[in-house]
Amino acid sequence: MDLTQLRLYDQAILMSAAIVLLTSFVMLAQARIVPLIHTFAWQGALLAITTALVAYVTDHPHLYISAGMTFLLKAFLIPWMLHRLAVRLGIHRDIEVLTYPSMTLLAGAGLVVFGYYVAIPIVQLSTLVTRNTIAVSIAVVLLGMLLMISRKKAISQVIGFMSIENGLFFSAVVSTYGMPMVVELGIAFDVLVAAILFGVFFFQMRASIDSLDVDRLNRLREGDE
Amino acid sequence: MTPLWLMLMIPLSGIVLLAFIGHLRLAGWINVALSACTLAASLWLAVLVLAGGPLLSPSRMLYIDAFNVYLVALTAFVGLTTAIFSRPYMQHEVETRHISKRRMRLYHSMYQGFMFTMLAALTTNNVGILWVAMEGATLATVLLVSLYRTPEAVEAAWKYFILCGVGIAQALFGTVLLFFAAERVVPVRDDALLWNVLYSSAAQLEPAVLTLSFVFLLVGYGTKVGLVPLHNWLPDAHSEGPTPMSAVLSGLLLNVALYALVRVKMIVDGSLHSNLAGHLMMGFGLLSFTVASLFLHRQRDIKRMFSYSSIEHMGLMTFAFGIGGPLATFGALLHMTVHSLTKSAIFITVGHAAQIAGTQSIEKIRGLIHTQPAVGWGLLIGTVAIAGFPPFGVFTSEFLVLTATMKSWPWLTVPLLVGLAIAFAGLFRHIHPMVYGDAPEGQMPVRANMIPVMVQLAFVLWLGIAIPVFLSKWFEQATVLISGSSPL
Repeated sequence: MDLTQLRLYDQAILMSAAIVLLTSFVMLAQARIVPLIHTFAWQGALLAITTALVAYVTDHPHLYISAGMTFLLKAFLIPWMLHRLAVRLGIHRDIEVLTYPSMTLLAGAGLVVFGYYVAIPIVQLSTLVTRNTIAVSIAVVLLGMLLMISRKKAISQVIGFMSIENGLFFSAVVSTYGMPMVVELGIAFDVLVAAILFGVFFFQMRASIDSLDVDRLNRLREGDE
Repeated sequence: MTPLWLMLMIPLSGIVLLAFIGHLRLAGWINVALSACTLAASLWLAVLVLAGGPLLSPSRMLYIDAFNVYLVALTAFVGLTTAIFSRPYMQHEVETRHISKRRMRLYHSMYQGFMFTMLAALTTNNVGILWVAMEGATLATVLLVSLYRTPEAVEAAWKYFILCGVGIAQALFGTVLLFFAAERVVPVRDDALLWNVLYSSAAQLEPAVLTLSFVFLLVGYGTKVGLVPLHNWLPDAHSEGPTPMSAVLSGLLLNVALYALVRVKMIVDGSLHSNLAGHLMMGFGLLSFTVASLFLHRQRDIKRMFSYSSIEHMGLMTFAFGIGGPLATFGALLHMTVHSLTKSAIFITVGHAAQIAGTQSIEKIRGLIHTQPAVGWGLLIGTVAIAGFPPFGVFTSEFLVLTATMKSWPWLTVPLLVGLAIAFAGLFRHIHPMVYGDAPEGQMPVRANMIPVMVQLAFVLWLGIAIPVFLSKWFEQATVLISGSSPL
C-alpha cells in the first residue's frame, strides 16, 4: 500500500500518531524535569488531536468527547498539577542523571520493533483505517515502561506511568474507535485520582525520606540482612 | 434487584459519611454498622439467587450468578469481622502511634471505599468496569498502606502503587484486545464488553487475539493476585500497612483479582477450545506456590511471613483453576473460601500479637499463651488450620486439589506435596517459639475482641467436617458454571 494513495485525513492520522511516538522518545532522552512535563503535555495534546481526527474521518461522534476529555486531563490538568508540584517541592530546576542515554534510546527503538511484532495478529484482522497505528500505540506503552525503569526520580516515574495510560488510551482509539463511554469515564476518573494521589505521595516521601529519589526507598528487603 | 442496589449503595454512602466523622469511637461503630448492613443485604441477595437462579439487572450493568454471589457474601462477611476487629485495634494504634484525626477519617472512609470497589468488581457485568473497580481498589488502599507515615510504610505504599498500577495497566490492554475481538462479532457496539454477551458469543471470537488478550490479562490481574514473579508489592504492603488492611487485602483483594482472572478464562476457554489459558495459570500458580513456600522460611516479620503464606495459597488456587475439571474447580472454590476466612482470622490475631509485643519482629514476639491465652491459642489454631491440618477446611480443599492433580497430572502431585511440607515446616518453625516460649518481663495483655476470630475459625472447622447442604449446592452450581460439569 502506498502512503500517497491514502486520503489526506488518513495521512494526517498516521502523521500525528508518528509524532506521538516521537514525543515518547523525546521524554526518554529529556533529563530536565520541567521540559519533561511539557513534552508529556504535548503528547496528551497530540493524542487528543489524533482522536479528534479519527472521530472526524470515521464519523464516530462519541470520540469527540474522548478527545475533549483527553485534552483536558492529559494535556492540561495533569501536567499543570505536576508542574505546580515540582515548583512547590523545589525540584523544577533539577536535572536527572541519565545512565546510558544512548543505550536507552536504542532499547526504545527495539521496543518499537517488538510492538510491531506483537501487533501482527491484530493488524491482520483489522479493517479500520487506523490499523497501521496499533503498533505505535503498543510502542508508546512499552516506552512508558522503559521510562519508568530508566529513571530514579519519583516525578519522572509518574510521567512514565501516565505515558503508559496515554498509550493504552491510544490503543483503544485506534484498534476499536474507543471503549464504551461508561468504561472510558471510569478510566478517566481512575487516572485523575491516581494523579492526585501521586501528588500526595511526593509530600509523604519528602517528609519521610527527605528526598524524591526512588533509589532511597530501599529499607524493605527480603529476609536476612 | 433491591438487595443488590442496597449492597452497593451502603458502602458508597459510607465513603462520604465517614469522611466527615472525626470522632474516633463513633466512626468505628458506624464502620461496623455499615459493614453489618452490607452483609445483611448480601445475604438477602444470596437467598434470592439461590432460590431464583442468575440475576441480570435491567440495565445489564450488574450480573449475579452462583460464582460471584458466594464471593459477595464472603467479602461482606470478612468485611464485617475485620471492621469489628478494626475498632479497638485502631484506637490502640491511635494512642501509641499518634495518628491524627484527619488520617483516621481517611482510614474509615477508605475502608468503605475498598469494600465498595470489591463489591462493584464482583457484581459488575462489564469487563471494563471490572478493570476500573480493580484499579479503584488499589487507589482506595494505597494511602492506607502508608497510614503510619514511617519511611518503610511510604516505601511499601509507593511500591504497591507503582507495581500494581503498571501491572493492572496490562490488564487494561488485555481488555482493549478483548473488546477488539468482540466488537467484530457482537452486533451492538456498547454490548461488546458485557460479560454475559461475551460468554455466549465466545465461540465466534478470534482465538489468536484472545490468546494475546489472556496473556495481558493474566499478567495484569496476576499482579494483584500476587503471582510470582509479580508479587514484590504484596509482602511489603501487607507488613507495613495497618493490620485490618492486611486482613482485607489478603482475605478479599487477592480473591477478587483471582475471580476476575477466572471470569476472563471462562470466555477465553470458550474461544480457544484448548486448555492454553489453563496451562498458563498452572505454570504461574505452581511457581508462586513453590517460591512462596521457600520464602516463608526466611522471614523475620510476622506479617511478611503470613503474606508469603497468602501467595502460596493463591498460587495453589490459580493452579487448581488452571487444571480446570469439576473436581479441581470445586476444590479451588472451597479453598478460596477457607483461605479467606482463615487468613483474615490469622491477621486479626497477628495484629493483637504485635500490639502485645510492641513489634512485628518474629524474634521478639514470645510467650503469647502465657501473656494472653486467647491470642496465643488463636494464632496457634489459625496456623494449624492454614497449614492444612485435618479436620480444618483447608485440609479438605487441598485434598480435593491433590486428588484432581493425581487424576490429570500425576507427576505434579510431587512438587505440590513437597511444597506443602516445606510451607508447613516454615510456618511452625516460627510459630512455635512465638506461642510457647517464655514471655519477656512486663509483657501486658491488650484489649482484644477475639470473637470474630473464633467465629471464622469455627466456620473453617465446620467446612472441614461437613460442608452444609446449601453451601455445597452453591459450590456445585459455581463449578458447573466454570468447568461445565458437576463434581458430584
